[in-house]
Amino acid sequence: MAAAVQPVLETTANVLEVRDLSVQFRTPKGPVMALRKVSVAVPRGSIVGLVGESGSGKSTLALAVMRLMPANATITEGSLRFAGRELLTLPALEMQRLRGDRLSMVFQDPMTSLNPVRSVGMQMVDIQYRDRQMSQADKRRRAADMLRRVGIPDSEHQLDRHPHQFSGGMRQRIAIAMGILEKPELLIADEPTTALDVTLEAQIVQLLRDLRRELNGSILFISHNLGIIAELCDYVVVLYAGEVVEQGPIEDIFHSPRHPYTRALLECDPARIEEVCRELPTISGDVPNLLRIPSGCVFAPRCPQAVDVCRQERPADHEAGAGHIARCHLLRGGANG
Amino acid sequence: MLTYTLQRIALAILICLTSMGLLFTALHAIPGDPASIMLGSRATPEMRQRLNHELGLDKPILIQFATQVANIAQGDFGTDIFSKRSVGTEIMESLPKTLILIGTGLGWAVLIAIPLGCYSALKRGTWIDRLTGILSVGTISIPSFVVAIYALLLFSVQLGLFPVIGAGDDGDIRDQLWHLVLPSFAVGLGWVGYLARIVRASMLEVMNENHIRTARAFGLPEGKIVLHYALRIAILPTVTLLGLAIGGLLSSAVFAENIFARPGIGKLIVDAADVRNYPVVQGAVLSTVALFAFAMPVSDLIVAWLDPRVRANF
Amino acid sequence: MSAQTSEAIVAITAEAATPGFAAGLLRRLRSDPLGLLGLSLVLLVVFCALTAPWIEPYNPFKIRVLERFSPPSLVHVFGTDNLGRDVFSRVIAGSQIALGVGVSSIAIALVLGLILGLCAGYGPRWLDNFLLLIFDSLYSFPTVMLGLTVVTLFGPSLETLMSVVITIQTPGYARLIRTATLATKHSEYILAIRSLGSSPWRVLLIHILPNIIGPILIIASMDIPSVITLEAGLTYLGMGIPPPAASWGRILQDGFDSIRDAPWIVIAGGIPLILTTLGFTFLGEALRDLLDPKLRRVV
Repeated sequence: MAAAVQPVLETTANVLEVRDLSVQFRTPKGPVMALRKVSVAVPRGSIVGLVGESGSGKSTLALAVMRLMPANATITEGSLRFAGRELLTLPALEMQRLRGDRLSMVFQDPMTSLNPVRSVGMQMVDIQYRDRQMSQADKRRRAADMLRRVGIPDSEHQLDRHPHQFSGGMRQRIAIAMGILEKPELLIADEPTTALDVTLEAQIVQLLRDLRRELNGSILFISHNLGIIAELCDYVVVLYAGEVVEQGPIEDIFHSPRHPYTRALLECDPARIEEVCRELPTISGDVPNLLRIPSGCVFAPRCPQAVDVCRQERPADHEAGAGHIARCHLLRGGANG
Repeated sequence: MLTYTLQRIALAILICLTSMGLLFTALHAIPGDPASIMLGSRATPEMRQRLNHELGLDKPILIQFATQVANIAQGDFGTDIFSKRSVGTEIMESLPKTLILIGTGLGWAVLIAIPLGCYSALKRGTWIDRLTGILSVGTISIPSFVVAIYALLLFSVQLGLFPVIGAGDDGDIRDQLWHLVLPSFAVGLGWVGYLARIVRASMLEVMNENHIRTARAFGLPEGKIVLHYALRIAILPTVTLLGLAIGGLLSSAVFAENIFARPGIGKLIVDAADVRNYPVVQGAVLSTVALFAFAMPVSDLIVAWLDPRVRANF
Repeated sequence: MSAQTSEAIVAITAEAATPGFAAGLLRRLRSDPLGLLGLSLVLLVVFCALTAPWIEPYNPFKIRVLERFSPPSLVHVFGTDNLGRDVFSRVIAGSQIALGVGVSSIAIALVLGLILGLCAGYGPRWLDNFLLLIFDSLYSFPTVMLGLTVVTLFGPSLETLMSVVITIQTPGYARLIRTATLATKHSEYILAIRSLGSSPWRVLLIHILPNIIGPILIIASMDIPSVITLEAGLTYLGMGIPPPAASWGRILQDGFDSIRDAPWIVIAGGIPLILTTLGFTFLGEALRDLLDPKLRRVV
């Protein structure tokens, strides 16, 4: 087995370094390893995309970083370094101080993510509780400015309205405004556009692009939509059934994907299909039952190129280019996949 | 919003009218004329006739009812047979005292139930939670008058801590408060458990909702989240319940006032019922019906004021 | 009857229709200590009520002036009251009244509720609205006050008391039956049967009733403690069952006057009430938790 390959750009200043993170859920049917030795790095000032199917563990990873996982989840091993500090040993109070300030998150469902009985303005002022010097009026002004920045007109008046008075797209903008209000070093966006229609999706993506330039922070963008990832991100991490199967710079991943799963994903993306065909290509088989993870490569049951060793041994991470890593036996010995 | 309010008020008025109608029907459905009922077996034919005429009972039924409604609308509930005073005056003297009693009783119950329910929800499964659960069920079911009698026995008679009877001297707030302790305890005890359970159930539900997770994601302190974000929402069902509680509270007040010999509408009605002083009984009951009938829309309106989602439905 | 209970009944109806329902219930009850306690208390009260004349140590009405106000002793377990009557025997006799009034009033209220509910559900719209208005108005009377009013009009007696209870309980049951009737009235199953020529009454009696009878009986039995409380309360105020009937409320009333010198009387009067209400409530809670999985989740 080759020596474990370190994740992307680990020596330069990464705002987030996840190393060998494993998360276990206690369920009535038994323990489930939702994440297995996941390693991800988010360099400063970049947008890293995290792509995978439902159930691949994307949200779990996001919640793990934020230390907001449900009660039945435990981190069994690994390390989470944010701006050089180890999060897993951080006291709860310190973690709470980090959240909303230097580390922020935007959630998937705008309909239920905001407090329904508190006005938008009050919620945004609440987030600024750390600024004890600033007056209430100034906090409101900052909130109004941010709302304007994310494209909500007449923001001064909108502050007094409640979330249910806004449409889904507006609510997501508000959530983003709240997320970047304190200029976090890292914003985790968990499928922020999944619940929105295509037009809104495009607008949000454009918004994030504009903001990125302004805020000089990093974004960890989680989605199952490859097209959006392609438009927005600098690096991509591909997650399958709780494992990182491939990661690397955006061009490398999209133009020369090395892992069979990534290739299959790209082939199946309707947006990329250039010829008219009778059936949309799909990946045969189902996502593995996480209660019974197969030995060997986790993708082997569905992999069109699987060989015997794939079913017996877990593959190691292999380099496929500068900063491009794929977890597949087929890359062993530098072979072309 | 305005139409909704007006609708609820109209319904409340309709209920009051129907209640008057029901009582009226009951009064006239019994064998014998109402005057005989009211005067009892001691009545002589002349007394009966005079009372009948006084009460307008010799006029056709519908006119009687209409007159009664008109009178009541103007606040005229008739005359106390025995004291000859206006029933309306007697009610206005007693009703505020009862309201103070049930207000205090409910007040302390709410003040204890909310933190208790909150704590039980946050520390679910601990022995405090379990104990609270059992005590809640226990106190809900025990009749309030038994609580009142036992409390009187223990704290007043045996231990001498609290006064036995009365509401205290006028003008002496301390004395009055002292007299209020045991009765309001008896009135409120059944509600502590009930309200605590409702708050607990609400809190458990709200704390699991997505927006609470978002609040944590923005680093808000847990205390603020529990109080201003979760509890604010969890409390809404309780407010609705408080409106419905008025009925049970008034019933408990009847017993508390009798056991502790406090003036109030409960004592008024029992004393009147004892001697079959029907106008007083009728007046007292109708006032409480009105109180209850209007309390419910009021609590709904308060909920609408507190919950912007409800407001939006109009 | 709370809205929660009404919801419970709709959920219960489906479960109740399955065979082995009662047996399964008893089995599950065994694992709930509070439920078992409740069941034991209820059985104790029922036992006393059924066997009262045989297990009373003394005649509850026999006045022994020489033995007035005797404190509890081996001879008189709960002491004697102001007329020298044995309090323990009166307590046992009281159980007959409590349970007798409770069960029979609720039974009559159920039948009345059934009829009115059916009328409201199946009858013309105006009848439905009219009945609903009456129910709402009755509901707006604080219970005890309604009782006092009726007693003022008709004089205190057993019949008056039972009428009060029936008046208070009927609207709740009528509403339940009405809801069940409305729900099934438009169901396809019923439409199919009716299209085959069955009259609405037949449909009701043969198809709808058997399904809801079980759960309704359980719900109604949970009302027994509040009915017993109402009876005791009204009697305590002197407005219920007239003397010399040994209602628990009467014992409380007799004892209250001598609360300083003979506190055992009121204590004895309160104990059976507490035990009965606790018993029925614990049992009711356990049954409700078992029957309604939705409620189980939050508890």
